[in-house]
Amino acid sequence: MAHIKLLNEDLPGIVGLLNNRPETAKPLLDLAETLLRGPSSLTSGEREIIAASVSYWNQCHFCHTSHAAAAAAHLKSGLELIDEIKAGLPNTPVSEKLKVLLHIAHQVQRGGKNVTEEDIAFAREQGATDVEIHDTVLIAAAFCMYNRYVDGLNTWAPDPNEAYAEMGERMANVGYGRF
Amino acid sequence: MPHINLPSEFPGIRSLFMFRPETAAPLNALVQTLLHNPHPSLTAGERELIATYVSGLNNCKYCCNIHGAIAQHQLGNNAQIVKQVLANPYTAPISQKMKSLLKIAAKVQSGGKNVTNQDIVNAGEEGATDIEIQDTVLIAAAFCMFNRYVDGLATWQPDDAELYDKMGEQRAREGYLTAPFKVNREPEDL
Repeated sequence: MAHIKLLNEDLPGIVGLLNNRPETAKPLLDLAETLLRGPSSLTSGEREIIAASVSYWNQCHFCHTSHAAAAAAHLKSGLELIDEIKAGLPNTPVSEKLKVLLHIAHQVQRGGKNVTEEDIAFAREQGATDVEIHDTVLIAAAFCMYNRYVDGLNTWAPDPNEAYAEMGERMANVGYGRF
Repeated sequence: MPHINLPSEFPGIRSLFMFRPETAAPLNALVQTLLHNPHPSLTAGERELIATYVSGLNNCKYCCNIHGAIAQHQLGNNAQIVKQVLANPYTAPISQKMKSLLKIAAKVQSGGKNVTNQDIVNAGEEGATDIEIQDTVLIAAAFCMFNRYVDGLATWQPDDAELYDKMGEQRAREGYLTAPFKVNREPEDL
C-alpha cells in the first residue's frame, strides 16, 4: 500500500501519483515525452533502454519494467528485452556508442560528479555528439527523480513482465501526453 | 570546464537551459510548479528550504547556493535560518512538521526505498498532510535530478556569494520563467 491515500488506489506506480496531483503531472509528463519521444539523433528505443537501465540500477521495479517494455515495443524485440537490460544486454546487438552512453548514465545514477573527462572523451571517440551526451545525462538524472518519486511513496506495481506489455506499447506508440 | 560546449555567460543549470531549450521548458515548468506557484499549505520559503537541503546533501554547489539564496529571500531575507537548516535541520528554528518533512527528504535523497512507514507516521503526527508528504518526496526527488544534471555535465558553478544573492532575489520575486541575466566573466576565468 502506498504511504499516502491516493484518489485511485488501482493505478500502479507513477500513474497513481500523477492522477493524484495533476499540477505536477503536467511538467513531469512533458519532460518524459520530450526526453524519450522528442526529436533526437538517439532513437526512442535507445533512449528507453537508458531509462530502463537507470531504473534497474535504482531498483525501481515499476519504472524498469515499464520502460524496458516500451523499449521492446520500439525495437519490436519481444519482452525478453526486460531481463536482457537487467543482465547488461549480453545478447542484444547494441552500438559501441550506446554502450559508452550507458556507462555515462550509470555514473550519473551513482552521482553527477562521477562523470569523468575520460568518460566524455571515450563517448566522443565512439561518435557521441554534445547533444547526445547532454540528453543521456539528463535522462539518467530524470530517472533518478522518477524512481525516487515512485519508491519514496511506496506505490504498488504488478510483478510479472507480461503485465507490462500493453503499457509498453502505449508508452511507445501513444506517448506520455496522457496517462 | 564543462563536459560539453555550453554558453559561458550563464552559470549552473542556466547554461544547460540555453544549450537545450527543448528540455528547459518542461524542467522550468516543473520547478515553477514545485517551488514558486501557490501551494495548498507549504510556503515557497519552506519548499525552497527542502530544495536547498537536498542539494546540500548531494554536494551540488550551484543548486545549494542558488536555492539557499532564493529561500533566504522568500523567508524575509533570513540567511541564518538557511545556514542552520544546512548545518542541522533538527536544531534549526523551523516547525516540527518541517523537521519531519526534511527527514523524509533526506531518506528520498539516499534512495526512495529508504522512506519508512514510521517516517510517514511521524510526519502525520506533526500535522503534515498527504499532499505535503507527496510534494516533499517529489521536491527531494526532483533535486536528485537537477543536482545530477548540473554536476554530471560539469557546469560552471561560481563561488561569488553576491552573485547568488542577486540571482536569488530575482527568482524569489519573478519565479523561474523569466530570462536570466548574463554574467560578465574575466577571460582568464574561462
